Amino acid sequence: MTVRELAESGIAAAICEGDRMEREITVPFCCDLLSIAMGKAPEGCAWVTVMANMNTLAVASLADAACIVLAEGVHLDAAALQKAAQQGITVLGTEQPVFETALAIYERMKAG
Amino acid sequence: MAEAITLKYEVSPDDFTRAGEASSDVKNKLKQLGFQPAVVRKVSIALYEGEINMVIHARGGVITVEVSPDFIRMELADVGPGIPDIELAMKEGYSTAPDEIRSLGFGAGMGLSNMKKYTDKMDIQTELGVGTTITMVVNVT
Repeated sequence: MTVRELAESGIAAAICEGDRMEREITVPFCCDLLSIAMGKAPEGCAWVTVMANMNTLAVASLADAACIVLAEGVHLDAAALQKAAQQGITVLGTEQPVFETALAIYERMKAG
Repeated sequence: MAEAITLKYEVSPDDFTRAGEASSDVKNKLKQLGFQPAVVRKVSIALYEGEINMVIHARGGVITVEVSPDFIRMELADVGPGIPDIELAMKEGYSTAPDEIRSLGFGAGMGLSNMKKYTDKMDIQTELGVGTTITMVVNVT
């Protein structure tokens, strides 16, 4: 599943479309501690988290996540949103909890 | 690239909104220079952890990155308080980060261990009250 396909799947909607929407997602990844996400987020993952701040963007970019999926309806403030747009980082959002979101992504990927 | 290039960055103290700017810039430059994504990722993660540490613990500092075809060498020098017990600081889960830092998602005690994990060589020189210099090398070949 590509990032664009995830954004159009109904699982989560695009808050900020980055510059690699056609990138293939490797795996969903759940973590709210940035220190752990930095070391453990797999390359190309869809990172599902409720931690929405400027540093989330930096970690996603540097750890090379395919996109950030903000769960539980959390959102970025205006400055962070602007930074996501500037840096071409894709951010999606959903009202669903972290586990349900990651599971839905996983099942959709498995279904092909 | 045939010759080594050197990149230098001043890290501002206590500015979390800017933390990661040096690491992002290094990442972009390495990508532009055509380094393998795996090498770029290792350098990015190790450098960002170091940069964050400088902001949290050391009132900023100076990052110098030497980029050569065979290796990337990063030096992070600060004039912060120094590390009293390096062995303890290297332990996963040990952290002295204050609560406000933890509320941002940091302070899980993974910084130094991530830096070691993602580099091929790491050296820490520290003196209490004087500062800390960390040198890390990621081999390209």
